[in-house]
Amino acid sequence: MSDIRQSWYEAGARERIAALVDSGSFAEFVGPERRETSPHLGIFDLPAQFDDGIVVGSATLDGTPILVAAQEGRFMGGAFGEVHGAKLTGLLRAAKALGRDVVIAFDTGGVRLQEANAGEIAIAEIMRAVVEARIAGVRVVGLIGGRAGCYGGGGLIAGCCSTLIVSEQGRISVTGPEVIETNMGVEEFDSRDRALVWRTMGGKHRTLIGGADVFVDDDAAAFRDAARAALAQSARPLSVRSAYPHSFALSEVEGLGSIDGASTSLSTNGGGSIDGASTSLSTNGGGSIGGASTSLSTNGGGSIDGASTAPSTNGSGERPGLDLDTLAAEQARLERRIARFGDAADATDIWQALGIDDPKAVPDMPATAFATLAAQYRESADDAR
Amino acid sequence: MRQWNTRKALREERIAAGAGFATGKLVHPETLVDFLEAVLRAGDRVCLEGDNQKQADVLAKGLAAMDPARIHDLHMVQSGVVLPEHLDVFDSGIAKRLDFSYSGPQSARIAKMLFGGKIELGAIHTYLELFARYFVDLTPQVALIAAVSADRHGNLYTGPNTEDTPTVVEATSFGSGLVIAQVGEIVDTLPRVDIPGDQVHFVLDAGKPFYVEPLFTRDPAAMTETQILTAMLAIKGLYQPYGVRRLNHGIGFNTAAIELLLPTYGEKLGLKGKICTHWALNPHPTLIPAIEAGWVEQVHCFGSEVGMEDYLAARPDIFFTGPDGSLRSNRAFSQTAGLYACDMFIGSTLQIDLAGHSSTITANRIAGFGGAPNMGSDARGRRHPSAPWLQAGAEADPDTAAPLRRGRKLVVQIGETFGEGNAPLFVEKLGALELAEKLNLDLAPIMVYADDTTHIVTEEGIANLLLCRTADEREQAIRGVAGFTEIGRGRDKAMVERLRERKIIQRPEDLGIDPLDANRNMLAARSIKDLMLASGGLYRPPSRFRNW
Amino acid sequence: MEILHFDIAAPTPAGGTRAMALVGVVASGNLEVLVERSDTPDRCAIEISTAAHGFRDLWDAVVADFVGRRAAGGLRIAINDGGARPDTVSLRLAQGVRMIEEPEA
Repeated sequence: MSDIRQSWYEAGARERIAALVDSGSFAEFVGPERRETSPHLGIFDLPAQFDDGIVVGSATLDGTPILVAAQEGRFMGGAFGEVHGAKLTGLLRAAKALGRDVVIAFDTGGVRLQEANAGEIAIAEIMRAVVEARIAGVRVVGLIGGRAGCYGGGGLIAGCCSTLIVSEQGRISVTGPEVIETNMGVEEFDSRDRALVWRTMGGKHRTLIGGADVFVDDDAAAFRDAARAALAQSARPLSVRSAYPHSFALSEVEGLGSIDGASTSLSTNGGGSIDGASTSLSTNGGGSIGGASTSLSTNGGGSIDGASTAPSTNGSGERPGLDLDTLAAEQARLERRIARFGDAADATDIWQALGIDDPKAVPDMPATAFATLAAQYRESADDAR
Repeated sequence: MRQWNTRKALREERIAAGAGFATGKLVHPETLVDFLEAVLRAGDRVCLEGDNQKQADVLAKGLAAMDPARIHDLHMVQSGVVLPEHLDVFDSGIAKRLDFSYSGPQSARIAKMLFGGKIELGAIHTYLELFARYFVDLTPQVALIAAVSADRHGNLYTGPNTEDTPTVVEATSFGSGLVIAQVGEIVDTLPRVDIPGDQVHFVLDAGKPFYVEPLFTRDPAAMTETQILTAMLAIKGLYQPYGVRRLNHGIGFNTAAIELLLPTYGEKLGLKGKICTHWALNPHPTLIPAIEAGWVEQVHCFGSEVGMEDYLAARPDIFFTGPDGSLRSNRAFSQTAGLYACDMFIGSTLQIDLAGHSSTITANRIAGFGGAPNMGSDARGRRHPSAPWLQAGAEADPDTAAPLRRGRKLVVQIGETFGEGNAPLFVEKLGALELAEKLNLDLAPIMVYADDTTHIVTEEGIANLLLCRTADEREQAIRGVAGFTEIGRGRDKAMVERLRERKIIQRPEDLGIDPLDANRNMLAARSIKDLMLASGGLYRPPSRFRNW
Repeated sequence: MEILHFDIAAPTPAGGTRAMALVGVVASGNLEVLVERSDTPDRCAIEISTAAHGFRDLWDAVVADFVGRRAAGGLRIAINDGGARPDTVSLRLAQGVRMIEEPEA
């Protein structure tokens, strides 16, 4: 069966970790034999799970030590509870202390209703831990392609990550389809219209609007390759500035003072050879993701004005992991997104506005064709990551 | 002096009455109801085309909108009772008597109406049996049929979903009845002629395609590990030892899982070319990976399947296609093929009793039979030998000299011991029997009779009923694969172990099946998207099955 | 939650050397089975936590069948049940025993 691609969407949390890290390198923290289960679920006569729906531990990826977490999307929809959250918070704090990069395989509907307060607090703690780890120079890479998607507080945490790698099946949002329908009416959003859900929250759309950095096929090997590439960056270019779509007037871009200083053009890293590389990979030359045949990326250097993409440096030497300038730039980017696409009624309108000739054809495109298209037209993911 | 042409004269009267609402053969769509009231007579025997797939839906709506004071007490003869209108006509009194074959989505309502006396039931048939009666004692006076397109002469193109149309038209038109077709469009030149225009008397331009239900699409995403285990049992314990090459599959997830295991598990067992090469089967999307991997030599289809059209047209070596390139299906011929030219039928059911009778009819649901009893029965008229047929015959009757021994078709019931809503597959008494008592029917609606059933496969194992020599052995063989249902827990454990020694019962461990292989990674496709990709983008799944 | 304990004679000792195996997840109609080793090679201890109350007889039958059919001696098995059907429980138990026989990944 070895010729069969392993579906990331299908895999459970433990299978994902096994597919991701070097064979035999994974050491679990607070494993199922410890039986650290939820103290809340029993009150509601709901069964617990021995690992509370998240697997955390240390491992190596191509020999480099990392920390890794994977949510189990089938247990309570991968939702955050007290223990589940504490395991991830602890892992992130360890990452900061050890200076080790972290890979998180998200698969979550948000916070468990049965332990909402604990879960909400956990979300806040995790976001803080992500940010603190990043300020300390740790890279936090999120992988999204599971059954439950990445919703609620999971969407917020994902937004704090350094790099997000997503497949078509992955959905990223804060508010889920059913909640939107319940609150706004079926006319506003029909949660049973699966095609609508996917083109509003799915991996392709998130890639096109810059909500995710790297698009991969639903293949565990592709996720591994993309994660490896994201972690392999020698520098930590957390303040790489956005690449704006070529349709965006440069003057408009320059009007945003924060990138005036963008002077180093992408051409330093191998120009055309990195068509396949995402923004966050771009300082790393194309070769590093050569193995990721289906993983794509984004603002391919050559296709965009050299001036449009440039790392922001912090004077000389070390770049800050995450700083105010970075956040301000991200804020500006999100404001531009609203200004530009706020009136769009459907994702296809946004894709049209991005310059895609046949937006309706996007959902059916195979990963490689979509990669080529997205590299040319996408709004780039950006600085906050 | 007896008149010998009264039927044709009546047809001429109907044609004349309808002509006022038509130009040539083309009925004015806005006058459909008036037209139908003009050509129909109270008490007519009417065939309304519709089966488990295609529907003459616009004509069905027109029929239901008629004035019951003018047209009433119709005798409906039809393959499928599927649309709400099919029963509305009984509610309003337009129709009174019903002979049918299949009633999937209306199974609960039809049961209620039968109990309430709204419907006078003729019989529940198999497809082939009902078709046969169209030519003997249920010949329609009027047939309302569906086609893709027509030309001005009334020639019809029925496209991939030809299905029942040629049979219905043959019986009605040559039996001096009136044929009315709804079509999606009128064209100058048809892609091919499926029904000659001189057999068609009126044509209604419905302005849209007829309705088709994607009934044979099983989403691999919903397949369970138990279904995969059961499918592995079937492949290793039945397909392999009997060398089954010519077969029909039912519609359920268990058989769809088998289709998806052929290029993986079947390949591992080295069975390519040795099993599953020739089929009487609808174009199941789950067969795509096996076709693409070169397992399948030929498939004849009862009907088509929504979204498969381009794929079928691109694989004419495998499927029967017309000069226009598109699929030509034919339910009557494919059912005949399933009856006579297949060595195995394997399908699912809702209930099996201790003798081995099975039925999809429960006390509150009358789902009908469709074609399963044709496929799922031993063809007593069969005379050609084949290895699996001879082997099964020898197992059933080892004592008769081989040249005088009948072979046996393998008729296999496959399912999980607990079905939907945790309903047990095995029961003491079939719901069909209770229904027969309640409705005072002469026959309980049994889908596959015990004496036709050769094997039962569940996740617990395979029961080979051919090898049972007594009723007691047979009962214990059934209990021995009935898992933790009441029936299964009521087994005689010692006897079941003896049956296991004689290989009447085979468990996964007896066949060397590793439970760790019962894993979704074993499926050649794990989603509808995978099926689309396996087809090279030719399969275009309907939106309800899409996840992208 | 209903907690059920079984501790029964198991004729065949479990194989392999792995300390622990985990199969399945807690979800609707599914369950997780945590298999660990104990000091009594001729017994199998099973603890079940289930939200579906009142099915002790059925669990009894499933567990007896499992221990009779599989090499379960010397195992300590803990189950969190999300309302799985007996056939699913049987399959998971069989998978758990097979998994603990496998070499460490």
